[in-house]
Amino acid sequence: MAAVRTSSEVALNRVAIVAVLLITLIFLAPIYWIASTAFKPRNLATTIPPTVLFQPEISPFVKLFTKRSQLRTPPTPEEYAAAPWWERLVFDGGEKVVRDGKGNVQPSGYPSRFMNSLIVAITSTILAVGMGTFTAYGFSRFRIKGEADLLFFILSTRMLPPVVVAIPMFLMYRAVGLNDTHWGLIILYTAFNLSFSVWLMKGFIDEIPKEYEEAALVDGYTRMQAFFKVVLPEAATGIAATAVFCFITAWNEYAFALIMTNRRAQTAPPFIPSQVGSGLPDWTVIAAGTVLFLLPVAIFTFLLRNHLLRGMSFGAIRK
Amino acid sequence: MAHIQLKKITKKFGSHTALAGLDLEIQDGEFFVLLGETGAGKTTTLRLIAGLEKPTEGKIFIDGADVGDWGAAERDVALVLQQYSLYPRYTVRENLEFPLKSKIRRVEPAEIKERVERVAKTLRIEHLLERKTDRLSGGEMQRVSIGRAIVRKPRVFLMDEPLSALDAKLREALRTELKNLQMNLGATFLFVTHDQIEAMSMGDKIGVLNHGHLVQTGTPNEIYNNPKNTFVARAVGSPPMNLVDGRLVSGRAVVSPQSFELPYDGLAPAASADGRPLTFGVRPEDIVLESGAPVSATVHDVENHGVEKIVTLRVGDTFLHATAPARADLAMEQTVKFGWNPKKVALFDKASGMSLRHMA
Repeated sequence: MAAVRTSSEVALNRVAIVAVLLITLIFLAPIYWIASTAFKPRNLATTIPPTVLFQPEISPFVKLFTKRSQLRTPPTPEEYAAAPWWERLVFDGGEKVVRDGKGNVQPSGYPSRFMNSLIVAITSTILAVGMGTFTAYGFSRFRIKGEADLLFFILSTRMLPPVVVAIPMFLMYRAVGLNDTHWGLIILYTAFNLSFSVWLMKGFIDEIPKEYEEAALVDGYTRMQAFFKVVLPEAATGIAATAVFCFITAWNEYAFALIMTNRRAQTAPPFIPSQVGSGLPDWTVIAAGTVLFLLPVAIFTFLLRNHLLRGMSFGAIRK
Repeated sequence: MAHIQLKKITKKFGSHTALAGLDLEIQDGEFFVLLGETGAGKTTTLRLIAGLEKPTEGKIFIDGADVGDWGAAERDVALVLQQYSLYPRYTVRENLEFPLKSKIRRVEPAEIKERVERVAKTLRIEHLLERKTDRLSGGEMQRVSIGRAIVRKPRVFLMDEPLSALDAKLREALRTELKNLQMNLGATFLFVTHDQIEAMSMGDKIGVLNHGHLVQTGTPNEIYNNPKNTFVARAVGSPPMNLVDGRLVSGRAVVSPQSFELPYDGLAPAASADGRPLTFGVRPEDIVLESGAPVSATVHDVENHGVEKIVTLRVGDTFLHATAPARADLAMEQTVKFGWNPKKVALFDKASGMSLRHMA
């Protein structure tokens, strides 16, 4: 239907567009700042006022991925000439790349921390969303004694600031040997996200008419088959939305990762700010690590954007 | 095909009793219609037979076997609902194949294809086979839905108001189609509806449900001509049976409060009815408008239905529906004379509403 618009409506519409643009710019500003810092020479990273125009450099990323140590004496011209381009960038910063006995370049801790983050976030998201979906299905479709109380109990696990339980959790984890392990963090993040996942998925599954499954039951399928064949495809939008929220929570978590892990299972958030260069913190390296750290969430959200748009309008997925 | 029997079925949801001591028998190959208003327990009855609910008390038999412990899949019944009965995201073909692909049936792929195509042909939905179900009209959806039931050759077809969501023209067309289909298949149908026209036109037998009780079962004729009580008299027929209070005085019906008096020569024994408070029931087509008739009334309203007219007559405080030929010349507030067919008047006990014929 072609909408007939009055001039005041057009004007209002323009004001709205400008407002949305402004808000978007404000939200994007910190991202621009961190991304631009990741390409700045070190001496321009902390200038006041901030440097806006500069010659972009790749050196922060080289530093991010290599193990370095401070130079006592400047490199000899032969050493400098023999070094590949990226090693010269490190020399320029007053540092040298650490090599083992055979001359192989030693990587920094970043790639393994990044890997840990991926393992922990993906596994805990799958567990939280999977368990949450099954639990929500049960609550949605069956008469359960004390349903309201149980659901409230599940929600109540989110009412306490998580940091309050950090010390008891730390002691328990140390006692059972879950400190600094992937499973330790996975269990923790799954527990965090489960209540959220159950509540969100229950909302989505409530929206799916139970007639679909009943038709499948009558058609000769078991409850389980009906769940997988009929309910799950219908719940895809909800699952995608829930998965994005759970993934972001697990991916960004800082406090517990800092307390519970230190090396083997450490995730990227506590590692990135510990990237101090010689003397003062090297903000360009920290920014480079942060920029790469933002990518998985951005990609994940981008891939599921269609589902998310529908998922955001909770309860509006009626047939 | 199957014979179904429900024995003393009671179903409670918490403190609410949906069905109370229901006894019901559906013969093999019968088109049985359960008629009742919303909340009467029709859908519950259907779900109990389908195995989607368990009765609180009582037993269900399909072909003589107690199916109390059988799941929905084992009962081999087909269910057609008012809506939401097709799987979204699937094409029509996938929907029709779905019941045949169940592991408990093990139908060969070639046979699946053949059966789906034959059903599509029967229901004239061949051109829709590759279409997604969300791109179908309401009538097409219900056709596919019925197709999905037929393709399995189930023992019983259970239909929960399958036509109610459709517009009037389509409803009429599908009504005929469904009835023909049932006769061709020779299948047992349990059809649930709140629409008495559907019940009258399709059913071999009708069961009238009221608040979880089965009030009367019988052929459409029996239900129409010989309602067991005033509830059934009101539920069936459009417009419903005229019900007026009065007494029988020496073979004449005296409608109180002293509005009019007409002869009675009905089937219920007049002797047992003399003197007690009664409700007289007479169908609109048994009220005759004639210039020589004994009672005079005012025309309160005339509804033109094309093939005939429905006239509302006013006698004192009493309103009566009567039918008149399409060409009858009737004006509002006109004074007319009417009588009734004394053989067709039914007597109900005023207090209990029960028909005296059924009580005797």
